[in-house]
Amino acid sequence: MVNDDDQTTATAADDDEDIVLAELADDELIEQMHDDLYDGLKEEIVEGTEILLKRGWSAEKVLNEALVGGMKIVGIDFRDGILFVPEVLLAANAMKGGMGILRPLLAETGVEPIGKMVIGTVKGDIHDIGKNLVAMMLEGAGFEVVDIGINNAVEDFFAAIEEHKPDILGMSALLTTTMPYMKVVIDEMVRQGIRDDYIVLVGGAPLTEEFGTAVGADGYCRDAAQAADMAPRMLEERREAARG
Amino acid sequence: MAERVLVIACGALAREIVALKRHFGWQHLDMQCIDARLHNRPALIPERVRQKICDNKNRYDRIFVAYGDCGTAGELDRVLADEQVERLPGAHCYQFLAGADRFEALADAAPGTFYLTDFLARHFDKLVIGPLKLDTHPELRDAYFGNYTRLVYLSQTVNPELKQRAVTAARRLELPFEQLHCGYGALEQNLKTWLTESNDGQKDTRLLA
Repeated sequence: MVNDDDQTTATAADDDEDIVLAELADDELIEQMHDDLYDGLKEEIVEGTEILLKRGWSAEKVLNEALVGGMKIVGIDFRDGILFVPEVLLAANAMKGGMGILRPLLAETGVEPIGKMVIGTVKGDIHDIGKNLVAMMLEGAGFEVVDIGINNAVEDFFAAIEEHKPDILGMSALLTTTMPYMKVVIDEMVRQGIRDDYIVLVGGAPLTEEFGTAVGADGYCRDAAQAADMAPRMLEERREAARG
Repeated sequence: MAERVLVIACGALAREIVALKRHFGWQHLDMQCIDARLHNRPALIPERVRQKICDNKNRYDRIFVAYGDCGTAGELDRVLADEQVERLPGAHCYQFLAGADRFEALADAAPGTFYLTDFLARHFDKLVIGPLKLDTHPELRDAYFGNYTRLVYLSQTVNPELKQRAVTAARRLELPFEQLHCGYGALEQNLKTWLTESNDGQKDTRLLA
């Protein structure tokens, strides 16, 4: 039987076990940050990011090892049905906390982005959770991402392509009623003779690999983590092919 | 002897189908439901429906499925084509309850419309607030609903209590409230067609909910 005194002791012991991030070795801290991202703990991610920077880590290394590495675990568990949208959103929110610190530092380094992506949700569709996750993961993967938001008509996509001259065009839809619009955009690209100038990636809950092929996209991304793997790989393959 | 007809239904339509069965006296209609919460994991719906069909195909003369596509990306239709079973028309219950044309007009007028039915108004906390973790993380509201501009309650019945629940839901999501009374829409029409096909002689009076 546990009396009141024992309970007090147990509580004190629990408190003693609180993890102090600054006392962790680098590899332990990275592992802890992966756990904290998984649990959507924004304040802890901000603190961990600051600690690693103070220890002399480059912003790029913190981004890749602590944040992107952690989000990949989140992405895998989302894909496997272990995590659901709320947990992914909380993790993304935590990652944003770290990105807020890293983004200006990354800009200062003058490192060129590995590529540029224009991304938007198609006409008639206002859903952007998946698109926002892809944008964040692509940014984490070293891309410059131009997010043109929701409910985009062909003209909006074309205006963004013209202005930003991306390597990749990404289109997102959540509704079975709006996803066919991706083909409208791609067909117009074909009609104007610019289809092959861009890698076109599509994604969204009701889409499938077959649908992506049928509408003439270069790739279908099942989730944000896969997009972050696929985009740099496809871009590198295209550049490799261009080099001959 | 009348044919035995089974409707395999989404749990979100259970009350509505029971109401229609009572009203029209469809004694030869049985219903089996699949948990409405599967809408949060729609990839599981097709095989769950297939299992129900397989479990019952030898016990009924005809089987129908009261689902829309419901986010299965055509996979439910592939299963139903295999099993030669018909489902309700359209992408989801909002569409077949409101009617395709009316739903299209709603979506065109405001793509950022969040819809409630009687079922969702009744179970809003359990099916929306809880699963989206808005009870414990209200800061996620903008991530989910930041692009929505209104909530439209597509009511099946005239029920002041449900209306009040829908109003409360709209307030909770910080969206303007509108109500559009639809009754049972294509759910009623399709059930009547299915049941009439299988049991001629039923009365054919539209239920004014």
